[in-house]
Amino acid sequence: MAARKATNDGDDDKARNLEQLLATKEIVISCGSGGVGKTTTAAAAAAMAATHLGGKVLVLTVDPARRLANALGLEQFGNTETRIPSAAFAACGIEPRGELWAAMLDTKQSWDDLVRRHAPDPKTRDAILSNKLYQNISGRFVQSHDYIAMERLYEIHTAGNYDLIVVDTPPTRNAIDFLEAPGRMADFFSSRLLRWLTAPAKSRVMNFASKPFYTVADRVLGTQFLQDIAEFFGLFQQMAPGFVERAEAVTRVLSDRRTTFVVVSTLESAPLREAEYFIEALDQRKLHLGALVLNKVLPAYLRRTATTPVARALCENGDQIAAKLPGFDDRAAVARVLHTVGESFLNYQVVAKREAEQRAELARNPDVVATVPFFDSDIHDLAGLMRLGEQIWR
Amino acid sequence: MTSLLDRQLLFVTGKGGVGKTAIAAGLALLAAEQGMRTLVCEVDAKGNLADFFETGPTAFKPRQLQRDLWAMSMDTEESLKEYLSLQLKLPLLSRIGPLARTFEFVANAAPGVKEILTVGKLAWEVRERHYDLVVVDAVASGHVIGQLTAPESINELVQVGLVRNQTQWMADILNDPRRTGVVIVSAPEEMPVNETIELADRLERETRIDLAAVVVNRVLPELFSGGEEDLFESLREPGPLAQVSKHAGGDVEPVFDAAELAVKLRRSRAVHLATLRENLPPDLPMLYVPYLFTRTHGMRATRQVAEHLAEELGL
Repeated sequence: MAARKATNDGDDDKARNLEQLLATKEIVISCGSGGVGKTTTAAAAAAMAATHLGGKVLVLTVDPARRLANALGLEQFGNTETRIPSAAFAACGIEPRGELWAAMLDTKQSWDDLVRRHAPDPKTRDAILSNKLYQNISGRFVQSHDYIAMERLYEIHTAGNYDLIVVDTPPTRNAIDFLEAPGRMADFFSSRLLRWLTAPAKSRVMNFASKPFYTVADRVLGTQFLQDIAEFFGLFQQMAPGFVERAEAVTRVLSDRRTTFVVVSTLESAPLREAEYFIEALDQRKLHLGALVLNKVLPAYLRRTATTPVARALCENGDQIAAKLPGFDDRAAVARVLHTVGESFLNYQVVAKREAEQRAELARNPDVVATVPFFDSDIHDLAGLMRLGEQIWR
Repeated sequence: MTSLLDRQLLFVTGKGGVGKTAIAAGLALLAAEQGMRTLVCEVDAKGNLADFFETGPTAFKPRQLQRDLWAMSMDTEESLKEYLSLQLKLPLLSRIGPLARTFEFVANAAPGVKEILTVGKLAWEVRERHYDLVVVDAVASGHVIGQLTAPESINELVQVGLVRNQTQWMADILNDPRRTGVVIVSAPEEMPVNETIELADRLERETRIDLAAVVVNRVLPELFSGGEEDLFESLREPGPLAQVSKHAGGDVEPVFDAAELAVKLRRSRAVHLATLRENLPPDLPMLYVPYLFTRTHGMRATRQVAEHLAEELGL
C-alpha cells in the first residue's frame, strides 16, 4: 500500500492470506457495519490463530449485545479474560497449538478502573465514582464505548500477556468513530468549554463573553445542574494529564505496524458502501488495511448467464418437459416443481449479479481478500467458528 | 390493543443490518398512501433514508416528498435552536448561533441532553398535531433504550429549570400506548432474533413504552408444498436430470442446486422464526415481509415493502 509509512527493516513481503497476515501481527481490529458478521469473523480468526499459529490469542469483543458469548457458547464472561477450555476444541477434534482466550468489554467496569488508575488521590477517586453524572456517563451512554474499547485494547496489549489480540469493534454510527475516539478525548480535556465549566462560578459570571451563554444555560438547565456538571468536570480535570497521555499512546498503538485492520462486509449495498468509506479513512490516517472479508457470498454458478435460458425454459415450458419425462405420472406436479425451481434460480441470479457488480465497484482492495459462502446453518459454537475460519484462513 | 397505524409516534428500531430504514420508509409510505399526514424522521445521521425514496438529502426542516408524506433528519443543534426560539423568547436570537455551538459541547458531555433534544422534537411534533403519524427511523436496538428513556434520565439529573419542566409532557406522550409504540425490525437469523427477544424484554422491564409490533424482514419463500420436495429429489436423480436438461435446452444442474440452496436457507431460518415467536408475548402483532429479489433498494423496493405491510395489516 503506497500510503503506508515506510519501514526501515525492508520487509516488503506481502501477506497472501490471513494466516500469513496474522502471523506477523500483534493486534487485529475487525471493523465494518452492523450485521455483516464482524464479531463472528473476529472470533473465527482468533480461533484459527490459536489453533494453527499457537501462542496465546485473545478475542476482545466490545459489543453490548453479547453476541460473541453466544457464538462461543460462553454465557457470561465480562471484563475478565476467560480461556476457552481445550475440551471445547477436543470436542471438535482439534488439538490447538496455542490457547484461545475471550473477554467482553464492560464499559462501566472499564471506566471505573480508569478512574482508579488516574485519580490523583483516594478522595478525588471516591468523589468521581460516586458522582451522579459520572455514573450516568459511564454506565448508560454508548458514546463512551468508542473510547473505552481502544483504551482497554491498549491496556491489555501493554500488559504483554498475549501474542495476538483480535478486537471486535463497537457498533458505532460510523465505523471510523472509534478511530477518532482517543483524539476526541484528548481534545475534550484541552477544550475551552472545560476550562469555562471548571472556572470558579464567580469569575464565570464576571466573564462578559460567556455571560449570554450562562444566562441561557441557566434558564434551560438550571443552576444546580450546571454546578453538578462543573463539579464533575472539575474533579475529572485532575485526571487530565493521565488521560491525554494515555489517549496519545492508544493512537500510537493503532498506527503501529504490528497492528492491522480487517474490514468485514457483505455484498449488500449499504454495508459495502460503509466498508469502502472505512477503507478510505484508514488510508488517510496511514493505518494498515490488512484484509477484506466478504461474508455470505452467493455461489458463483448463480451468475452463469448460460444457465439463464435453461431456467427460463423450466418456468415457461414446464408442461412440455414434464410430458416427455418417463416414469413421472403427475405431470401437473412435475411442471409446478420445474417452474418453482426455474423461478427460484432466476430470483437468486438477480441478487448474485447485483452483488458481483457491487463487488467490482470497490475501488481499493487490500492484499488479502477472503470470501465466505452462505452457510446452511448458523454459527453458534466453536465447530462453526472453525468451519468459517477454514474459509478465510488460506 | 391499538393497531399500528392508529398511533401517532412509532419508533422503528432493530439490530444493525436487518433493514430498519427500509421498514421505516415502507411504513411511512403506507401511512401516507392511506391518507395520513405522515412525517418520517431519520435519527441516525447516516443519510440513507433519502435513498429509499430516491430523493435528495433530507434536512432538519421537513421536506414534502409526495402527497401526505414529509421526511426530515434529526439534527440536535437545529433542534436546540428551534427550542430556544420557541420556548425562551429571549432577546438573544441573533446570538443563538454561536451559543448553540457551545451548547453542542455541553450536549456531548452531559448525558441525556442529545437524546432529549431528539425525543423532545419528535414528541413536540406529536403534541402540536402537525402530523397524523410520525415514523422514526430510530437508533439500533443496543442504543434505543437510552433514547426512549431520556425524559426520565433528565428528570433524575436536573432538579430545576425549563428542561425539567418539559420532560413531563414528553414522558406522557411516550408512555401512552394509544399514541406511541416501538416497532422492532428483526430478520430470521440467530443474532437478530436474540437481540429482538432481549430488547422486547428490556422495553418491558426498563421502560413504560409499549411494544407495538415486531416486523420480520427478509423472510425467504417456501419453495415446495406437500409432496413436491420428494418429487424435486427424484427429479434430481442423474437419469431424470439428464432428461430434463435435454428438453430444457441446457444443463439444469445449477438450477436444481440453486433450488436446494434456497430450501436449505429457508429451513435454517425457519428455526429462528419459531424461536422468535415462542419468546415474544403471544398477543404481540408480528408482520412478515418477504426477502425482495429486486435489483435495487430504491423507491421500487420501498413500495414493495409498503405493499407487503399493507397485506399483513389487513389494509
